[in-house]
Amino acid sequence: MERSPLARLPDRALKYGLTSLAALILILIVYFFERLFVEAHPAFSAAGLFGFVFGNNWNVSAEHFGALPLVVGTLITSALALLMGVPIAVAAALYLTELCPRRLLAPLTILIELLAAVPSVVYGLWGIFFLAPKLQPAEQWVADRLSFIPFIGGGVVTIPNYFVAGLILAIMILPIVSAIAREVMTTVPPDHKEAALGLGATRWEMVRMAVIPYCRPGIVGGAMLGLGRAIGETIAVTIVIGNAPQLGRHLFGQGYTLAAVIANEFGEATGLHRSALFAEALVLFVLTLLVNALARIFVVRTARGSRTPIVGPGEAPGDLQAAVAVGA
Amino acid sequence: MSALPIGTPPIPGDRLARFAVSSRRRRTDRAARGLLLAATLIALIPLGLILYYLIVKGLGAWSWSFFTTDPTGNTFFKSESIGGIKSAIIGTIEMVALASLIAVPVGVGVALWLVEYGQPRWFAHAVRFFIDVLTGVPSIVFGLFIYIALVVGTGSSYAGYKGSLALSLLMLPVVTRSAEVVLQLVPNALRESALALGAARWKVIFRVVLPTALTGMLTGVLLAVARAAGETAPLLFAAGATNKSTTDLGQFMNALPTQIYKDVTSPTESVVNRAWGAALTLVTMILILNLIARLIARRSRFA
Amino acid sequence: MSPDPAPSPEQMLEPGHSSPQPSGNPPATRTTTGVASAAPVTVLKPGPTIQLDGLRAFYGTAEQVKGVELRFPANQVTAIIGPSGCGKSTMVRCINRMHEEIPGARAEGRVLLDDLDIYDPSVDVIAVRRAIGMVFQKPNPFPTMSIFDNVAAGPRLTGGRKDLNERVEAALRGASLWEEVKDRLASPGIGLSGGQQQRLCIARSLAVDPEVLLMDEPCSALDPIATLKIEELIAELKRRVTIVIVTHNMQQAARVADRTAFMLSGELVEVGQTGEIFTNPTDPRTEEYVTGKFG
Repeated sequence: MERSPLARLPDRALKYGLTSLAALILILIVYFFERLFVEAHPAFSAAGLFGFVFGNNWNVSAEHFGALPLVVGTLITSALALLMGVPIAVAAALYLTELCPRRLLAPLTILIELLAAVPSVVYGLWGIFFLAPKLQPAEQWVADRLSFIPFIGGGVVTIPNYFVAGLILAIMILPIVSAIAREVMTTVPPDHKEAALGLGATRWEMVRMAVIPYCRPGIVGGAMLGLGRAIGETIAVTIVIGNAPQLGRHLFGQGYTLAAVIANEFGEATGLHRSALFAEALVLFVLTLLVNALARIFVVRTARGSRTPIVGPGEAPGDLQAAVAVGA
Repeated sequence: MSALPIGTPPIPGDRLARFAVSSRRRRTDRAARGLLLAATLIALIPLGLILYYLIVKGLGAWSWSFFTTDPTGNTFFKSESIGGIKSAIIGTIEMVALASLIAVPVGVGVALWLVEYGQPRWFAHAVRFFIDVLTGVPSIVFGLFIYIALVVGTGSSYAGYKGSLALSLLMLPVVTRSAEVVLQLVPNALRESALALGAARWKVIFRVVLPTALTGMLTGVLLAVARAAGETAPLLFAAGATNKSTTDLGQFMNALPTQIYKDVTSPTESVVNRAWGAALTLVTMILILNLIARLIARRSRFA
Repeated sequence: MSPDPAPSPEQMLEPGHSSPQPSGNPPATRTTTGVASAAPVTVLKPGPTIQLDGLRAFYGTAEQVKGVELRFPANQVTAIIGPSGCGKSTMVRCINRMHEEIPGARAEGRVLLDDLDIYDPSVDVIAVRRAIGMVFQKPNPFPTMSIFDNVAAGPRLTGGRKDLNERVEAALRGASLWEEVKDRLASPGIGLSGGQQQRLCIARSLAVDPEVLLMDEPCSALDPIATLKIEELIAELKRRVTIVIVTHNMQQAARVADRTAFMLSGELVEVGQTGEIFTNPTDPRTEEYVTGKFG
């Protein structure tokens, strides 16, 4: 088909326009990281990469920046979020996909997804004025009873603390972990479930035999995405963790996280301090990048699993990726 | 078949005794189902509590002047008014609107390129990879990106449009990935039949592909907008903090999440109440966006 | 009594090769095989009789099975044939109450296992499914389990069994798979060929020691050689269980079934000895179908 160059102009314009748009995005992202690295460099060269990440001393007035208390705080709160959030999220996903009466399915799903619509700052507000004060007596009780266990028992329970921050994060990651678990569970071929039922399995035995083993990598992936969220979450944690830049003595003591320090201190930071905060952002970013990359590998593997020959029809992994992208 | 080794005379119910489910299995099944239901209900408790407190505390703060006055900045003198959240509402609406105006065309454009062209392949892979990377970037890091590029980079100060840019970076991956998924759902037969009629590629894209995918993409866009509207962290070091109302995106700009974040740390009860009122306002706006997105999504399912 | 005189391999292969494409030829020559398999066989373990009594099945408001009366004699193979969508799969899924697992689906009427109505409220659906095993259209071994674990899945449900190894071996032998897999029991079940996977699924059902085996087009995803193996297996299995097999392949029905039932639009048109159905049907619609005039 021969067409004049003029008629093909809009086609070309569109193609190259869109291509350069995509290229522009790439260049922009690379530029951002390059700048982030340049800004962070003084902090790394002052303490060394190892000294910065593992130095246990964050002292702004002494210009000493060791991020260990913050890294540990981030890891503790995120781990707590996973411990509390993932079992509930997966169990709720199992209930919704395998047991829920059909009439309740849509309303329950929407309600759980609504948790994702609540802004981070509102979680913080609710956490510090409702959750944390209401929990404190119970936390003190647990701390007294378990005083023989290091890092958990003993000491004075403050209203903002690691545990409350972990609990708030658990609630915040619940919708995304649950949404991905649900997506993965709907890819279980009905053949497998019927095979289990045909053997005389109870509902729960069917879930254990056919659903959970098939979904395990996808569930792990969903949990990792939740972990990525928890690590990067800023405002809610800043409000409920107490913002004490040292290693907390115990679970119910005040702490700090990487993201919270940036939010709190960046406004008045200058010089090396500001560079240290950029360095933290870089550490934070690398952490989330690793976690998210692992998560994606797991989720995509499950999506592919349903495409093995003979067993199960090919499921479009597109929906799964949409869920991953939209986040709920 | 006269000799029956196991075929004992059938007694109703007893006929299947050999296959009966043990009470242990039955109990396990019931307990497991109960636990799963309990977990689902536990998951809903925080939502109920949050909405309850938002409504009770937030409605208490709502009044006509709450929406029509700026915060005064006064937090010490009880006799004086602390003001409302007018500047925060204006700021949120304007900044999110501008962020959408940037992120939606760019995001849909990138998605279109990925689905309709996507050549060379290594480049498409790279674009997808970086969009995925953006999805995982903590929101506060987006604020720092803009700070580096537009505050340090230009030597100027915070401004509303910089906040918009930070929010648009946050929206971009969500818009792109959801648009890509919807565009891929457009049947190839539709494209091919239009191309076979001799239509130019760009006409096919604008007349066939985009209109078909429109409602589906709208859902993703609205969810992205709702997410951006609730973000605080990217605004802190991009839009600045102010009490004054302004419609000028070149100035410092207040926003609902920023206002709530400021008020949370106050020891004064009336200021905290303003935070609840602002939070109820914000959540209402976000829920309306979510509701619209869901209604659209329900209508746009591809068969 | 002695087992059927086994047809020579050439005889067996000939219809097997042509089976994937149901030909329009009147299958008169093939009914000889069908008649042969209807000869009396040694019953190793007597199975039950199944009687459908006014069975109706629905998906929502659509009635898929419209009041079927049908008897499946003990230790015989009964084939259900009929065009796509005639309700034959639905009907078979009602026999072990798998039908009701589909949201919005329900069944009415009675299904008698000997004298017991399995739809009686006092009867436990799980016990029903253990008594009446099922083999599905597509081989569906559990993808995360080894060959051994797939077969052991059923027995393990009822608790730790000391004789698990023996039961697995017996089930695999019963499904004529033991010799092929005995050296790789720990490898994944989905690593087997399609035909082996289907026999693995049969072994999985047999491990529960059911009285009845329902087979829903068990060979539709298999090649002719694998199909032949399954058909040989069916002839062997009926010495221990009562078998109902749904098939869209008339030659297969002719080869394996003692009795054949023809269904159309959710209704039972005709049932009888396989030879009779294929050579001398009483209903003109059956004749049209078996001679390939429609369907």
